[in-house]
Order: sequence, then C-alpha cells, then structure tokens
Amino acid sequence: MPLQTPPLRGLHDERGAKFTEFGGWDMPVEFDSIRTEHAAVRDAVGIFDVSHMGQLHVTGPDATELMQRLTSNDVSRLAVGDSQYATITDEDGVIIDDTVVYRLPDGDGNASDDADGDPTYLFVPNAGTDEATHQRWIDYRNEWDLEATVDNRTDEYAMFAVQGPDAVELVDGVTEESVADLERFEARYATIDGVDCWTARTGYTGEDGFELIVPWTAAEEIWTALDCQPCGLGARDTLRIEAGLLLAGQDFDPDDDPRTPYEAGIGFTVALETEFVGRDALAEIHERGVEERLVGFRLIDRGVPRHGYDVTNPEGRVVGTVTSGTMSPTLEQPIGLGYVPVEYAEPGTTLQVVVHGRSKKARVETTPFIDTV
Amino acid sequence: MSFDVPDDRRYLESHEWALETDGVVRVGISDFAQDELGDVVFVELPDEGDDLAREAEFGVVESIKAVSDLYAPVGGDVVAVNDDLFDAPELVNEDPFGDGWMLEIEPADPDDLEALLTADEYEEQIA
Repeated sequence: MPLQTPPLRGLHDERGAKFTEFGGWDMPVEFDSIRTEHAAVRDAVGIFDVSHMGQLHVTGPDATELMQRLTSNDVSRLAVGDSQYATITDEDGVIIDDTVVYRLPDGDGNASDDADGDPTYLFVPNAGTDEATHQRWIDYRNEWDLEATVDNRTDEYAMFAVQGPDAVELVDGVTEESVADLERFEARYATIDGVDCWTARTGYTGEDGFELIVPWTAAEEIWTALDCQPCGLGARDTLRIEAGLLLAGQDFDPDDDPRTPYEAGIGFTVALETEFVGRDALAEIHERGVEERLVGFRLIDRGVPRHGYDVTNPEGRVVGTVTSGTMSPTLEQPIGLGYVPVEYAEPGTTLQVVVHGRSKKARVETTPFIDTV
Repeated sequence: MSFDVPDDRRYLESHEWALETDGVVRVGISDFAQDELGDVVFVELPDEGDDLAREAEFGVVESIKAVSDLYAPVGGDVVAVNDDLFDAPELVNEDPFGDGWMLEIEPADPDDLEALLTADEYEEQIA
C-alpha cells in the first residue's frame, strides 16, 4: 500500500528533511539533527508536522453519549473549548489507543455562529488508526441505536505542534485573537492569515505550547507563518520519553503487548463512574491492583536501552522488557521506559538491562525524567 | 547531498573505511554512514589485543535513533582503540575520517586491503 503523505511533504523535502514510515505515513523524522531540534524545543521553540494524527468529528444529539461510552474519561466534564486525555479500551480494559478529546463550539465545528445546539467533539487517534477507529464508532453507534454523525476528517486537516518555552509568544504573535490566556487543555478557534485554526494548549513534549489543527489546503501558509525550528519525529520521540509519555504501538500495543491504563500509569484517564467499553474489567483491576507497571529507568552503565531489550533483576532473571529507550539529549544519560512487576517498580530499585548481550546496571526513576509543565 | 569520500583509503560495503599507514590499518565509518545515523551517542569497541576475523563484527555505533553493527575491513590484532569516543562519541559525526576513527588493526594478511572497495567504487555505491 502506498504511504500517505502529509500536505507539506514537498516543502519538508526541499528543506532537507529525512523521512520515515510511521503508521502508514511518510513523515519527516529529522530536519537538521535530533539533538538540535530537541534542544530548540527545550530551550526556545520548535514546530512539528503531526498531520499523520487522525481527526474524527462526532456530532448530533447523542454525540456525548457515544463519546462517553467509547472513551475512558468523563466527556460530560468538557465545556466548549475544553479537552481531555483519554484511552480507548476493549472489553478487557486493554488500551487500543490513546487520544485527546476536544469539545468544539456547537454546530458543525467550523464556526460558532451556526449552532444547532448539538454537542460536537473532535478527537485525535494515533497515526494509522483513524479508519479502524472511525469504523468502531460507527459500529457501536448502530448497535446502540444512537443519533450521532461520525466523520473521518483526517485528510481534511493538517496538524502542527508548536512546543517550547517560547511557543506561547510565537503563536500569540501570529494569531489575530490572543491565545495566551488559554489554560492547559483549553482550546479555541484562532485566525491566522484569515484561516480558522483550532488552537489548543496541548502537546506531547513535556513543554508548554500549542497544537493547531488547520485546513489541509491552508497548511503551507500556516506552517510558514509559525516560523521556528522545524522538528521531526526523531526529536518528538526523545522529548516524549524524557517527559515519560507513552507511544502507541511501543509502550502499549493491543496485539503484541496488551496493557491496561493502570499498568501504563495513566489511570487518571479512567473515570470509573462513567459507563464505557472496558469499564467493568477496569473496575475489577482497580480493585485488585496491577501485577506489572510501566516504570522509568536510567542506565548506570554505558549503553543505550532500546525497545524490546530484556530487563532482568540483579540475579539475572528476566522480569520485564524495555518499551522505549534513548540517550536523553537533555540529561546526556541513557533512559527508558518498561514494564516490570510491581515489586521492582519503586524508584531507586536496581535492575539490569541486557544491551547487546551484556547486562547493564539500571535504576528505577520517577517520571517525568525532566521538569515539565 | 554529496559526501566526502577520501581516495587515500578503502571501504567496505557496510560503510567502514580502512587506511593503511606503516603496516597498521586504521578503521572508522564514512561520512555517508555518520550522516545516515544522525547524532552518534555511543560507541562500543573491542579491547586492545583482541583478534578479529575479516568482516567480523567488532562493535556497535549507536545514534539517538539507530543502532548499527561495525565490521572489520581486515583481519588481525587490535593494536589501538580510540578511547576518546567513549567520552565524545560525537567525534564520529564531526570528523568521521579523522578524530572519529575507531580502532587500529595489525593485519594478519595485507592482501585483505586489496579486496575492499576503492573510493570510486564506494562513491558509486552511495550515489
């Protein structure tokens, strides 16, 4: 199957980006160097093209109920312009995907002045999962006989993340309406060069900043207006590991490494007082407690932990697996995430990671590894 | 994008270079290879005195995003290892043909060198 391309594939290529396949998309992995891009985001500001993220719109009289029953968090808490991090779980409480759910202005979601009174949600599933997620929403809507429209608009919207301590100043300087007053997880439409952009105080780097969902057709002018260090998926990965944030398909994978939100350390996304697919299984796990947990660790010996490496206890018995790892550009130390039995999950616990056949000493640490917003 | 390919040395298809001086062969990775890897953060090398077979794996170079095995262009004894890389692996990016060298081998069979790619042949490979 040919790879899907983001709207600015050509522009990134001209800029000298290297590309990689990610979730079925041909995405820029590196523009200058991961270290340079990573540092720009930690010290100043950088922009990521994350147009591979899905965009699904849900509206209609039963939109809230449909969202409530298919995501783990409490959608009813969202006022217009609010957003929340949530998971999509199966009947067993296993994470299928993680997502951010936004409540858009009433109406068709493109403007606030043609409201018909129905709630409208936008949610952002991970790359390559938009079609399956769209189908899941349609199937359950039909099964439950709910009145809601579900549109997959992934191909209609580009998405850019502007992240770093200088991100607010940059974005606020470009939008016609001020967005500096938005709080974390708040969003509104803001105009850049006459184009309505859904501008949300969210991000996935551990830094302050915005994610902008913009019409595909206006992607180039918006990208160009947000002039700062372009960053690829390589830096996004090192930044999110330092921030202790999960990567779908790696830190959880419904097929290869099924995990519940409690194991993955994102139990805060689970609102057990709501009814949703997987709720009963999660209530039971919450009651019983988990056997394994995702932890952060730092390698004391030289080496770099990578996805799939074994984690052993000091006696050399395999007790877990590295799900993500890198040499932290900020700390200049090897760090990683991985699942271990709860008896090894306390910060300060000594473990080992098997790197190229050799055991390297590691220490469990609290995440995030760096101070984040 | 064009890469340096000095013609004073020979190359392996796996992107290592070999430069012979006074009977000792110095080994590193090419400009193309360091660019492909991106920021090098870790290098694992053999110990002095180790005996390497031709084209045997002798270590690993890791960038932030990738892990790559290293192969010996010639067989023989390791007579020197570039310890500077343990503290400053970025030398591989900054100066792959100079300060970013990795080890020196005293070749068991000097003919090994002749079997390697010339600069022209290697340049063609990466074109």
